[in-house]
Amino acid sequence: MEFNTEFIKGCSAIGAGLALIAGIGPGVGQGIAAGHAASAVGRNPGAKSEITSTMLLGQAVAETTGLYGLLIGIILLFVQPLAK
Amino acid sequence: MQGILLSESAKEVDFFIHEVFQYELFGQTLRITTTHVCLLIVMLILIGFFIAAGHCMKKAKEVPSGFQNVLELLVDFLDGMINGVMGRFAPKFRNYIATLFVFIFFSNISGLLGLRPPTADYGVTFALAVISFTLIHYNQFKYQKVKGVVSGLMSPWPFWLPINLIGDFAVPISLSLRLFANILSGTAIMALIYTLLGKLALVWPAALHVYFDLFSGAIQTYVFCMLTMTYIQDACNTEES
Repeated sequence: MEFNTEFIKGCSAIGAGLALIAGIGPGVGQGIAAGHAASAVGRNPGAKSEITSTMLLGQAVAETTGLYGLLIGIILLFVQPLAK
Repeated sequence: MQGILLSESAKEVDFFIHEVFQYELFGQTLRITTTHVCLLIVMLILIGFFIAAGHCMKKAKEVPSGFQNVLELLVDFLDGMINGVMGRFAPKFRNYIATLFVFIFFSNISGLLGLRPPTADYGVTFALAVISFTLIHYNQFKYQKVKGVVSGLMSPWPFWLPINLIGDFAVPISLSLRLFANILSGTAIMALIYTLLGKLALVWPAALHVYFDLFSGAIQTYVFCMLTMTYIQDACNTEES
């Protein structure tokens, strides 16, 4: 079955939008990490620098899944492998 | 290469890698791209910086001032970071981690100089991740011997071998993709803002540059180095769990 290019481009845009739903997970995860880090600093203000670096490391690792979604979105929008 | 964006100027959105020139070598066509050029510029800046640093430290004073202050701050920070994670293994890996840190950081913030950051090319980040991966497994074989490595792969039960292998090979891929995607997203968003908003993008994108280039670049550099150090530290531990 043959589709015309415009139709495939439109579907690629919808697909990119759907792929970026992956951003929800890291957002929630990073928020939880930041909240717990804030309460940890409240309990033990002396360890602030260590808590901050641990929090940043954990958040950056949690961000990975969202970035995979972003990559799919960018590839669908700009490289357009399906429309060729 | 034209995106699916509604505006007319969407055709000019440009954050891709361009070819500068190409040549033939042993029947293979090799392409010199913007990544190579930006990488060379970053390397020249770093070489210049460190030659200046070497000259400065030759006539170092007891009480530091000016440029010497900056250098001591940098070395102090890197030493503190590496010693904090690696403990007694720190002296062996200080050279590699510090080099990695300085190189990735300068590459990430080179967007501020108008270059396309070299780390926004998957070839660069994957090469860095493969070097880290090689180092991790070399040290694993060196410290745990073949027996330790095999029993590590077979834990907790022998039929978990394929899952452990996949886990091992996912390390360089996730390391490189994390750095690549973060820097690429920053580059893409800045390119979109500058081309789509046209004359509206005046002065205020500076704040976005601070976030996407400086903050995000620094965090990703830190994370790449921290993860490399953690994996190497894991590989060096000889206690069998």
